[in-house]
Amino acid sequence: MDFDAFLLSRLQFAFTIAFHILFPSFTIGLASYLAVLEGLWLATGRERFKTLYLFWVRIFALSFGMGVVTGVVLSYEIGANWSGFAAKSGSVLGPLLAFEVLTAFFLEASFLGVMLFGWKKVGRKLHFAASCAVAVGTLFSTFWIVSANSWMQHPTAFATLPDGRLVATDWMRVIFSPSFPLRLLHMVLAAYLTTALVVGAASAWRLLKTPDETESRTALIMAIGMFALVAPLQLAVGDQQGLKMGELQPAKLAAVEALWESRAGQPFHILAWPDRALQANRWELSIPRLGSLILKHDPNATVTGLKAFSRADQPPPLPVFYAFRLMVGLGLAMIGLGVWGALLIWRGSPERSRVFLWTCVAMGPAGFVSVVSGWVVAEVGRQPWVVYGVQRTADAVAPLQRGQVSASLLGFLMVYAIIFSAGVIYILRLIDRGPAAGAAPPPPDEGRAPGVSFNAALDPDTTEDGR
Amino acid sequence: MSLDLPLIWAGIIAATVLLYVMLDGFDLGIGILFPFARSPADRDAMMNAIAPVWDGNETWLVLGGGGLLAAFPLAYALLLPALYLPIILMLLGLALRGVAFEFRLNGRRSGKRFWTMAFAGGSLAATFAQGLVLGGFIQGVKADGVVFAGGPFDWLTPYSALVACGLAAGYVLLGAGWLMWKTEDALHGDARRWTAIAGVLTALLLLAVSLATLFLHPRVAARWGVVDGTVDWSRFLPKAPIPLLGVAGLGLLTFGLRRASHALPFVGAVLVFLSGYLGLAAGFMPYVAPYVLTFRQAAAADNALALMLGGAALLAPAIVGYTVWVYWVFRGKVGADAGYH
Ligand code: HDD
Ligand code: HEM
Ligand code: HEM
Repeated sequence: MDFDAFLLSRLQFAFTIAFHILFPSFTIGLASYLAVLEGLWLATGRERFKTLYLFWVRIFALSFGMGVVTGVVLSYEIGANWSGFAAKSGSVLGPLLAFEVLTAFFLEASFLGVMLFGWKKVGRKLHFAASCAVAVGTLFSTFWIVSANSWMQHPTAFATLPDGRLVATDWMRVIFSPSFPLRLLHMVLAAYLTTALVVGAASAWRLLKTPDETESRTALIMAIGMFALVAPLQLAVGDQQGLKMGELQPAKLAAVEALWESRAGQPFHILAWPDRALQANRWELSIPRLGSLILKHDPNATVTGLKAFSRADQPPPLPVFYAFRLMVGLGLAMIGLGVWGALLIWRGSPERSRVFLWTCVAMGPAGFVSVVSGWVVAEVGRQPWVVYGVQRTADAVAPLQRGQVSASLLGFLMVYAIIFSAGVIYILRLIDRGPAAGAAPPPPDEGRAPGVSFNAALDPDTTEDGR
Repeated sequence: MSLDLPLIWAGIIAATVLLYVMLDGFDLGIGILFPFARSPADRDAMMNAIAPVWDGNETWLVLGGGGLLAAFPLAYALLLPALYLPIILMLLGLALRGVAFEFRLNGRRSGKRFWTMAFAGGSLAATFAQGLVLGGFIQGVKADGVVFAGGPFDWLTPYSALVACGLAAGYVLLGAGWLMWKTEDALHGDARRWTAIAGVLTALLLLAVSLATLFLHPRVAARWGVVDGTVDWSRFLPKAPIPLLGVAGLGLLTFGLRRASHALPFVGAVLVFLSGYLGLAAGFMPYVAPYVLTFRQAAAADNALALMLGGAALLAPAIVGYTVWVYWVFRGKVGADAGYH
């Protein structure tokens, strides 16, 4: 193995997976939101739910496409860049990933076609069923992939064969490994929050421009409801995860809190500069005993510090420490936004407060930032292990050379930059135009069989040669 | 338990890859044909012919990869690093063409033109890369035990380039056949012409690849009874139906074109692919990573194979059921009216 190929593989994997997770975090929530909107439309017959559906489904189509193509990349990188990992854990994790394909990806991909192109081809109820199937598919997908990841965080119910490969000894305990339930809940709530923040920001933006747009008002209120309900729940789940982490991955917990010494009554560092070479913090700004209170729910409890682990087993504390604070800080801000919005609704009209609307716009990307920070905490905090305590990341890497991995990393950087900028521009452009513009009534069915994408319904200046 | 799980899984993975090649084959082929369309309206119709199903088609690739990881982890871990660069090229090509479906509808003038090119270029790159992967696979990989031990460019030979050209011609044939089925009027006429040209190219390249394989890869040749330039008929004849199937496919293709049938040429193209694929399989069985790992050596633990077999038995009928239903919903001819207006 070539050491640079190892570093480059890590960089490439971190980049491609962080890029991928942006789209699922949004499409998981949006798929459920779309199913709810269509259900509300069918149940109440109110046009505005249909208008909102037709508007968001176009944004969904764009994001889902990006989610699919970046996801396919990951499923091949596991073998191409981490063949040591694939060979060792394949018999345990492989089935979980295969079940993801069988239960989720086929469901999503097939019914997505009906959802996007079948508006005029199938009845209303069947179309609604397709929307629901896609929503359920995204949740199945989350289930399996988070299950696989949870097992990597705390492997259980496996045995090691003489040639070093792992086999499962109890599938239920592999699938439902100890950190899985909380992690799954945290991820699904994260996806719902991310979507709600985007919907809230888009609606607020429209309301700043056209204060009496009823669709946007409805959407804003739905989004505020989600902040107010889900954000506090997320805090509670995250808190439980912290307790679990202390039990299952004490080294990660010590890195998250930048604690070096093991002792009772640990402080909480608001800010610090952990330095691995020094094996201490260069400086810190702390509140005494609060650390133990948060991490163990007891101000006098003992919390293990990083020094209890040999240097080779310590995760890098700096990124983990700050990523965690970013996630929690934004989570608290989301709770604040929910409370503020609920108060405004209680007083009558949230769309009148321009300060609130601008804050919603500013918070639009907060979900994405929190999700990526959360995964940095989970994954970088797991280092130097790829399968915690069982296989080191350095032993997982494929026998590749530096040149190859540089070339592929460069390719991903370039292609993803193009895809990302175009995708973001198209989505922002749709949002700017608002729900009413996108919901031009479909023409009468001419009895032909075109699959018609909602995204085809754009202004006439989109023909290729500019006619 | 008496089931031969590794053998069953070898069959399932082989069937998955075959389905992938035929299904994504036609939509990649349509991508390659994109630049040859007469007008943007024709291109819209071409895209409409595949837009509702391409994602489902590509999912077979994910199942092929995921299934290989799950059922034959050692083969997965050996082959992917060995074929690293073409795999990455394939992924990049698939990414560009995959987003082009929706992006092309959202772009304004230059954006739309860019995504038209990206769709064609990405499809071509992905196809060519898959051909290189296939060629590299046939050539075999170097290994030290079960770990790849070759260089980054082992897969790059004139032979693999020939295979890549052959695969591209084959995908174009499938794509053109699909278009004949799904379109009308001028575009249908163009598709007919493309089918004829691609049919000739595919037949020639398939022949060239077969001959090259016999000359360059004696192990495969021996399977077919060809040793040192002489043919052992007792070994060849049992396999003779495979090339005959290909000839029958080409015959059906020609017949369909002559009769101006809309569906037969595609069926003929599918038979040609089936023949090529079976031919390959006959040359390799039991290797999953030629010529280092057999499917038995590479297989995952029995309890993993059994678990997945149970799952697949439950889920496969549902998957096939709704996939067929989706194709049925979108049956019939597509038009260029790719919009509400
Ligand atoms: C929390 C959820 C989540 C996480 C952690 C991941 N994914 Fe993902 N993935 C999804 C949730 C998702 C999804 C919601 O199901 C997507 C997003 C958009 C989409 O098309 O489906 C998806 C798409 C998607 C696809 C394309 C499916 C298709 O063809 O339709 C593949 C192959 C993967 N993912 C593979 C992976 C791998 C190998 C991951 C980690 C190493 C991974 N995903 C992390
Ligand atoms: C989608 C959410 C995820 C994100 C954002 C994420 C992020 C990351 C990051 C940033 C690293 C690099 C850590 C480092 O090298 O310091 C990493 C490592 C890794 N992750 Fe994840 N991860 C996610 C989910 C998963 C899942 C679900 C799996 C597998 C089933 C997985 C498998 C791996 C592997 C094999 C590595 C080791 C390679 C490496 O260190 O770069 N990850 N991940
Ligand atoms: C509000 C307070 C929050 C707390 C206390 C909290 C706590 C945690 C903890 C302890 C982990 C690490 C789990 C582990 O590695 O074992 C984590 C991970 C994560 N967090 Fe949070 N979190 C909070 C808010 C949020 C928000 C608002 C989001 C996104 C909208 C989010 C998204 C994530 C994600 C995606 C992960 C990685 C997946 C996982 O390990 O569960 N978190 N969080």
